Amino acid sequence: MDLYTETTPPQPQPEPQSQPGPATPPAGTTVVAEPGEPDRPERRRRTGGFRRDDLLALLGALAGALSFTLLLFTQLAPFDGLIGFFVVGYAAFLVFYTFLVALEESWPAVRDRLASAVVHSIALLLLLALGDVIVYVFSQGPQALRHLNFWTQDLRAAGPLQPLTIGGVRHAMIGTFEQITIALAITVPLGLLCAVFLNELPGRFARFVRTIADAATALPSVVAGLFVYAALIIGVQIGPVHLQIQKGGLAAGLAISVMMLPIIIRAADVVLRLVPGSLKEASYALGAGQWRTVWTVTLPTARSGLATAVILGSARGLGETSPVLLTAGYNTYTNGNPVQGPQTSLPLAVFKLVTSGEPLQIQRAYGAAAVLILVVLVLFITARIIGGHGPGHLTGRQRRARASASIRDLDRILARTAQNGSLP
Amino acid sequence: MTAPAYSPQPRIAPDETDVPRPLTARRGTQDRAFRGLARGSGGLVLGMMALVGGFLVLRGWQALRVDGIRFLTVQQWEPDSHDFGIAGVLTGSVLIGLTAIFFALPLALGTALYISEYAPAFLKRTLVSLVDLMAAIPSVVYGLWGFLFLQQHVIGVARFISTYLGWIPIFKVDGADPHNPLINLNVYSGSTFIAGLTVALMVTPIACSVMREAFSQAPLGEREGAYALGATRWGMIRTVVLPFGRGGIIGGTMLGLGRALGETIAVYIVISLGFTIQPHILQAGTGSVSALIANHYGAATAFDMAGLMAAGLALFLLTLIVNFAASAIVARSRSGAVSEA
Repeated sequence: MDLYTETTPPQPQPEPQSQPGPATPPAGTTVVAEPGEPDRPERRRRTGGFRRDDLLALLGALAGALSFTLLLFTQLAPFDGLIGFFVVGYAAFLVFYTFLVALEESWPAVRDRLASAVVHSIALLLLLALGDVIVYVFSQGPQALRHLNFWTQDLRAAGPLQPLTIGGVRHAMIGTFEQITIALAITVPLGLLCAVFLNELPGRFARFVRTIADAATALPSVVAGLFVYAALIIGVQIGPVHLQIQKGGLAAGLAISVMMLPIIIRAADVVLRLVPGSLKEASYALGAGQWRTVWTVTLPTARSGLATAVILGSARGLGETSPVLLTAGYNTYTNGNPVQGPQTSLPLAVFKLVTSGEPLQIQRAYGAAAVLILVVLVLFITARIIGGHGPGHLTGRQRRARASASIRDLDRILARTAQNGSLP
Repeated sequence: MTAPAYSPQPRIAPDETDVPRPLTARRGTQDRAFRGLARGSGGLVLGMMALVGGFLVLRGWQALRVDGIRFLTVQQWEPDSHDFGIAGVLTGSVLIGLTAIFFALPLALGTALYISEYAPAFLKRTLVSLVDLMAAIPSVVYGLWGFLFLQQHVIGVARFISTYLGWIPIFKVDGADPHNPLINLNVYSGSTFIAGLTVALMVTPIACSVMREAFSQAPLGEREGAYALGATRWGMIRTVVLPFGRGGIIGGTMLGLGRALGETIAVYIVISLGFTIQPHILQAGTGSVSALIANHYGAATAFDMAGLMAAGLALFLLTLIVNFAASAIVARSRSGAVSEA
């Protein structure tokens, strides 16, 4: 007997209800009320949004706070300082706003408005701080950046007294590029494979690896540098072989790898986890093995997310200073060879220039920092464009490509059917 | 009612025991190779992390054996005369971390609440990207900004606090005289406070994203239940979102703390490095384990290096403990709140 096609359970007889109308409908049916004669057109009620009173209270509190603080700072009290002005002004704003809202609303509503104001202003503050960091560097950077030599020369001839028309950060840009390439060559295969491992072979071991990798994402970057210094630059004796490499690009790339690897593993792990299980099961059901499924289903589905993970990881990696500081050495001339001689990277150049304390070197530091932020921004925007959609989501073009591929398949099958006379 | 779905009589004879059929899949060579390779990569990553710890122990042991318990109590760094310890710098690291968290916690909490509860839908993705971008800005840039921009604006605040709240021990500044108009503001520069503020901006994004994720998992049914009971938006947040996100708040804060403890370059640029315990957070001169390493790494002697390795080990262990605790809290809060999509 089928479990699912059965009679409805015996329904309890509803109590006879006092119906307003004369015609009592049969029990168990839903009654739709006759629409009454609309005496006025029905309007949709707005449940959210901003009311005029809210806006007035907000503006009033702002104006009041501004005037009060200005009065306080210019006439009444011997206060000064921009930050003090904002702190006092903000406190005054909150007090006035509470008062204004409390004129009309109940206490829970007042608390709601107050919390809303605080949350909005905190978010605004954070965005302002972020904007300030970027704008500050970009406003100071062009003094060095606008000279073409900043892009095409290195710092070998540029001492603290040479004007900005001499010297640039070409050597640091080359160094950053080579070091991040080395780091990516190590971390992308290893990191992605490890992330696949965490998702495809779950178990106690995978859980342990995931825990360690998660904890290692917050490994202090200076410790990563110290590790490479201790292991490779000081050197280690493995049997008869003395393993040792010079300070330079390769060592820096390795140190960045140690730092980047957990970041990439974690980000890729999160992305791979989002691949729908039904897709993988469909692949297994068609008879594909595990590796086939990973290669043809899991990885392509998660492609955009994985690309984002890698790009964001490299943005983090190329901005790191402390591992590079310990392992790359520092020089002022162009060195394209990562295995021989010290090699500077952009963050390291910024660090060395700013700690020198010389005004012109600090100008150069701003320039290099602006280049660095620019690189990070470009990577970031690329990541957003690539990873704009979740796994399995296709752009219009991809969808059209899939559709035409499937029409081709259909044509092929039909052609074969016509040849054989019947469906295989 | 109709007949039950299963007949009470067993259809097989009782002496035939029903043994579950073993399900085995014979894997092809390709799959076996893949599984081996994947396991190997997991092992490699694990081995790498073990090596990091192992090498620090190996190299640091030399210094720890000489120094013993004094490594944790001495407040100076003279490895050549065998008189060194991380009491001062470790305290400095912790104080900088706590100052950073003091500012980062409200910032991260407010921003996370804004993104998950208040922001209009079209802004959410942009805001999340901006917070991620903030995490991706290199630490040396924050250091540059903190040292050259933030410091000059914040020194006034530091002076104000020390003048009016100086009777609280941690806000005291030795050598500061608020009544002297020609006062040298250098006593306020390079302090724990300024370093902490700079680091706060760097750790806010990580804390914020953990919190936001936790908040967005607060169940929809209970949110609507709160609204249906007449709660205001803040009432709903206070009774549903915040309790559900508590694990995320604590875990995110601790992750941020772990990050702040290990932060090197920004701290190194901002502070004036000292080796004694500096309990006055507004006063110039403080310590940090990572800044100590960055400052002394070019040390001349092998024993000097061993001392730095030991300091690195201490930092490694400290951040490891904080991070493990954090991820345990986050994971526990996540496992209960997750809903199957």
